[in-house]
Formats: sequence, structure tokens, C-alpha cells
Amino acid sequence: MDLLNGFVALANFVLIPAIAYGSQLALGALGVTLIYGILRFSNFAHGDTMAMGTMFVVLITWGMQALGISFGPFPTALLAIPFGILGATALVLLTDKYVYKFYRAQKAKPVILVIVSMGVMFIYNGLTRIIIGPDDYRFADGERFVISARTFRDMTGLEEGLAVRTTQVITVVTAVIVVAALFWFLNKTRTGKSMRAFSDNEDLALLSGINPERVVLVTWLIVASLATVAGVLYGLDKSFKAFTYFQLLLPIFAAAIVGGLGNPLGAIAGGFVIAFSEVGITYAWKKVLTYFMPPALEPDGLVQILSTEYKFAVSFVILVIVLLFRPTGLFRGKAL
Amino acid sequence: MRTFLLFGAVACLILGTGFLQSWNSALLILNMGLVSAVMALGVNLQWGLAGLFNVGVMGFVALGGLAVVLISMPPVGAAWAAGGGQILLGLVLGAATIVGAVLVWARTLGRVRGWATAAVLLVGLIIYRMVLDPAVDAVESVDPALAGYLGGLGLPVLLAWPVGGLLAAGAAWIIGKTALGLRSDYLAIATLGIAEIVIAILKNEDWMARGVKNVIGLPRPVPYEVDLQNDPAFVERAAGFGLDATTASTLYVKLEYGMLFAVVLITLLVLAQLALKSPWGRMMRAIRDNETAARAMGKDVTARHLQVFILGSAICGIAGAMMTTLDGQLTPGSYQPLRYTFLIWVMVIVGGSGNNLGAVLGGFLIWFLWVQVEPMGQLLMSVITAGLVDGSWLKDHLLDSVQHMRLLTMGLILLLVLRLNPRGLLPEK
Repeated sequence: MDLLNGFVALANFVLIPAIAYGSQLALGALGVTLIYGILRFSNFAHGDTMAMGTMFVVLITWGMQALGISFGPFPTALLAIPFGILGATALVLLTDKYVYKFYRAQKAKPVILVIVSMGVMFIYNGLTRIIIGPDDYRFADGERFVISARTFRDMTGLEEGLAVRTTQVITVVTAVIVVAALFWFLNKTRTGKSMRAFSDNEDLALLSGINPERVVLVTWLIVASLATVAGVLYGLDKSFKAFTYFQLLLPIFAAAIVGGLGNPLGAIAGGFVIAFSEVGITYAWKKVLTYFMPPALEPDGLVQILSTEYKFAVSFVILVIVLLFRPTGLFRGKAL
Repeated sequence: MRTFLLFGAVACLILGTGFLQSWNSALLILNMGLVSAVMALGVNLQWGLAGLFNVGVMGFVALGGLAVVLISMPPVGAAWAAGGGQILLGLVLGAATIVGAVLVWARTLGRVRGWATAAVLLVGLIIYRMVLDPAVDAVESVDPALAGYLGGLGLPVLLAWPVGGLLAAGAAWIIGKTALGLRSDYLAIATLGIAEIVIAILKNEDWMARGVKNVIGLPRPVPYEVDLQNDPAFVERAAGFGLDATTASTLYVKLEYGMLFAVVLITLLVLAQLALKSPWGRMMRAIRDNETAARAMGKDVTARHLQVFILGSAICGIAGAMMTTLDGQLTPGSYQPLRYTFLIWVMVIVGGSGNNLGAVLGGFLIWFLWVQVEPMGQLLMSVITAGLVDGSWLKDHLLDSVQHMRLLTMGLILLLVLRLNPRGLLPEK
């Protein structure tokens, strides 16, 4: 029994990665949930919107690196994010103007919009692959660790190391700032309040003189920013690959539904629920358990419930459980 | 009339490929077109007839592929001896755990309920892993380079087609039970998830179908080219057509596949048309158009939806088995949602949702485009880049990206059809 080392191992292998991944998912799910609340459809192109935004950032980062611009110990990509957001915003606004607007005017059924978003998904996906290519790209630079495992061991004299990567700290800090700003915007500003009113009851909002096109415009702005930030954080933490971003669609949707579609608070909670379950269920617990158990009870196997390739199964199972027992999600969705 | 013209046009496209490129590629397009048409028929049943949004086509197609391995490959005796029985026992225990948990949930009440169910699941999971894991290791270590799996039943491969349908139907039942009756978006996400899980299982459970090591050399329902080439009677007949033995044998094999597929497609098409025109079909469309009214008339909407969802998925499973038979190998790594789920959707929407003939037409047309966009894009790109210096990075990059043009094209086609002609080429009557 060695509780201290046990906690360090737990933090190193489970808590820190899960918090970082959860923040990324939460930002992604916020985008999905906002679209659902305001535009009232499930946006299948969201993963590829993230990919497009991240691609802009990656290209600009490379340009900056070539010019010798750097951000000291931080990744250069952070400097490129505003440009990426601009690119993503232009992209989604153009898409809205030439694609979605038509169906909004027609008051098409939500499922038609979902199919339309499938078409948009194909186009974004193709564009990403044509412009940057289908391979894995790393674009993180700067200091790799805030604390490396060795420094931590030297500092504390513990057996277990605790490595905190810069990208993980940046992810959490950025996510907190972005989420705080978003909630301030939704709850305190006039435009934010009009968005919530629009999401609650479209007809009443129109009666009180809210301009729907403006609400939609602001929503796309926010969604493009959220998608770009989420995508860049994920890419910094892991790497950028078009297909991975497409696959993120499933955990992101699971997070949004688990939290309650249309509910921003729920999206954040859902993101962390999914992330913690994914990491917790696919992690081999032997190392941590050996510290917590008396020697006689130490496990022989890896104590890994599912192998890492099944991480999609985890989001899916949680989704099914929520659908079966609480179809509105943890936070009673559909009220922004 | 319109139907005839459009089908004629697609036939011309395929024949054109035969004259301009080669008959082998024309037949390849035709065969995969037949398979795609069957898949589109399945999706059309769900979407066109009942308005169900299934984006897990890939999973059902892959289950069909799995059926081919499980039915047609010869069993690996050593692997069965090493742990076959134990694996089966483990699977039965796993299933028993789930049934037990469901029973406990149904029979208990109050605070005990959650804990008792969780306890049953946890204990069941531990026993399941204790039984399964050593057996899996034993099986996978039997000659891993060639086998490392249990093999199949060694039955005729054609039997795998209906079995593929059954497997897909079983998966559809599970998913339909949970997600039908909720909002349509939920069914979409649930099917998207089940498809990813099916692929993950195929990739990782090596004892079942060798995972990413792939199963190759699946038995065929048609003769092998080599045997035909060594058959003097066949060579003589081929010479009569003015063909050499190699070309003739490849064409013959593909034609025979095409014939088998056509039989399946026509059978399913006739059944689908009969269903569409029957009282059942009218009821399904009535439910699709106004669920509340149908419910008020005493129709069990959820049960009908479950029925049509299972049927449509089964058709996708059959198509998946046909495709794997045609390929002669099961390669779990090659299943991509854009290709096996969303492309099928493009076929149905472009062809005309709600019209079976439309779905079939869309299957052929979109498959043709999917195959031919690449050479067309190559041509286009070489024209665009003609002015650029050879070897400049932009030119190389543009030429490299040609292979991704098809995604862009499919997206454009889908959006244009939805915008300009939302009912498709052959609208529902």
C-alpha cells in the first residue's frame, strides 16, 4: 500500500489526460449543442468544421515558423488561432449563405437539414484532404512539458513520475476562458439573451422583434470559433489528421446528447463524462491498483476493462444508457 | 418512360466504359453497381418508405462480410481444440450476464435495483473475461501467420448471403429496440455508433476473423480463372469469340458474378415493389407522413418502424456479404464511413427517395461516378496545371490531391440534387 504514489500514478495516467480530453470534447459538444438549440438540426459537418479550422491554423503556424515567428515556450499555433477562426468563420458563413439559408427560408424539416449537413461534410472533408492532405501532421512546438516525469521525481522523491504537458495545461486554461466568455455572453449581453430567447421559443422571440438572421449569424460566429479552438487544442495534444476529426463526431455527439442536446452546461458535463469513462475504461489499472491494494490482493492481470481500440464503444454504451433511462440527457436538454 | 431513358443512359455510361477503357473495368463497375443498388434498396426501404435515418450502413455491410468468413472458410481444427469451446462458453456467459442484468432490473424495485444490476454486470464481466481471455490467447497463438482464428463452418459461400442478412438483422433489432421511438437524430447517432463498434470488433477480435491481418482466399461461388484457362473446352470457346484465354476467363468470372448479383437484386426489387404497393406499404407511408394520425388509428408506430428497420438492415447485410464474396477477402481496415454509409445515402437521395427503381438507378449512377471521377479529375488537373513548371510543389500537390476529388464531387452532387431536385431523378409516385 502506497497511497501517495498511487495518487500520483492515477493523476498522471488517468486524471490529467481525461481532463484535457474532456475539455476538448466539451468545446466540440458546445458547438454541436448551440447549432441544435438555435438552428435546430444535428450538424454532421461539425467534426469536419473542426478539421477545416484546425487546418487553417496549421498552415498559418507553418508559415509563421518559416518566418521565424515564435511564441516563446508556448506553441506558435496559439498565435495563429485568431486567423484560423477568421478562416473558419468565413467558411461557415459562406456555407450558411449558399446552403443552409435556403432550407431555413423554406422551414424544411430538421432531418432534411441533417442530410444537407452530410453533403457539407463531404465537401469539407474533401477540401481538407485536397488542401493539406490526408496524413498525420504535428504542429506543436515550444516547451513540451510544464513538469516532466523526471523533474517531478527529483522534486518529490516519489517513485512515480507526474508529467504535465504544456498542451494539456493550455487546453484546460483555454477551455476555461472560452467557456467563461461564452456563458458571460449568453447570460449578460443583449445578443446572448436574444439567442437564448430564440432557442426557447422562436415565435415569441420573433414577436418581440429579435432579428433571426442576426441570431443565426452570431451563432455561426461562435460555433466557428469553438470548433477551431477545440480542433487546435485536440491537434496540439495529439496530432492533426482529417479522418480522426471526422471520427470525433461520435464522442462529441454522445457528449452533447448525454448532457442534453441544446443545453450548454450539459455539453460541458457530457464532455467530461465521456472523456473520463473512455480513459477510465480503456486504461490498464494494474499499476494504480497495486499501490492501493494490500500486497495479498494485488491483481495479476492488466485490469483493463476494454482495449483502447474500443474507445468508441464506451461513448456509445454511455449514450445508449442515457437514451434508455433518461432520453432528455442529464441536464434536461432543449433550453439554451 | 423517364425510368427507361435514365436506366438506358446509365447502361450507355457503363457500355461506354467498356468500349473506351476496357470491358474488365466496365464489368467491375457493373458488379459493384449491382451491390450498391442492393444497399441503396435497403436504405430506401428505411428512409424512403418509413423516414428512418440510418447512418450505420457500414456496420451492417461489415456484418455481412463477417458472415462470409464464418460460413465459408474451413474450420481451423487446432484452434478449436485449443480453445474453441471455451470461447463459445465465454460468449454464452457474456450473453447470460446481460440477460441476467435485464431480468434483475425488471424484477427489483427501489434502491436495490441499480446496485443489484451493477453487481450482476460486474460479476458477470469478471467471469466472462476470466473464461474468454485465456481461450482467446490460445486460439490466436495457433499458427498466427496463417490462421490464429477459429475459421468458419466450411459451408457453401452462397449460404453466407442470407446469413449475412440475419446477422445484420440481429444487430438492427438491438439498436432499434433502444433508439427507435426517440427523436430521429438519436437513431442517427446510435447507428453511427454501432457501425464504428462493429468495425472495432472486426479489427480487434482476431480469434473471430483475424482482425486487421485480414482473411484472404475466401471460397468462391464461381470457377477460378486459372482453372478456366486450363480447360481446353473453354479456351476453344473463347477463341471462337476472338478472345485470348486470360481475358476471356476474367470476363467470364465477372459475368457470372454479375448474373448472381442480378438475380439477388431483381428478387429483392420485386419484393420491395410488392411491399410498396401492398396495404403494408401504404400503411408505412401513412405513418411516415403523419405519425400522430397513424397512432390515432391504432397503429403501433414503434413496432412498424422496428420491422422496417430490421428489413432494411438485413438487405444491407446481404449486400455486404455479396461484396465480400466478390472481393474474395475480408479487410476490416478498408471499411470507411464516407464510402459505405454516406455514399449510399447520396445514391438514395440522388436516385429518388421512396422510389425503389430510383434507389437502384442511384446505386448504379453514383457508383459509376465514384469510380470515374478520379480519371476525370486527373484529366482536369493536368489541364489546370499544364501551365505550371514540372516539379513545382504546387503542381505535385494538385496532382496528388486528385484522389480526394471524389469526396468533393459527391458532396456537390448531393447538395445540388437536394437544392434543385429534392425528390431525386425518379421521384416517388
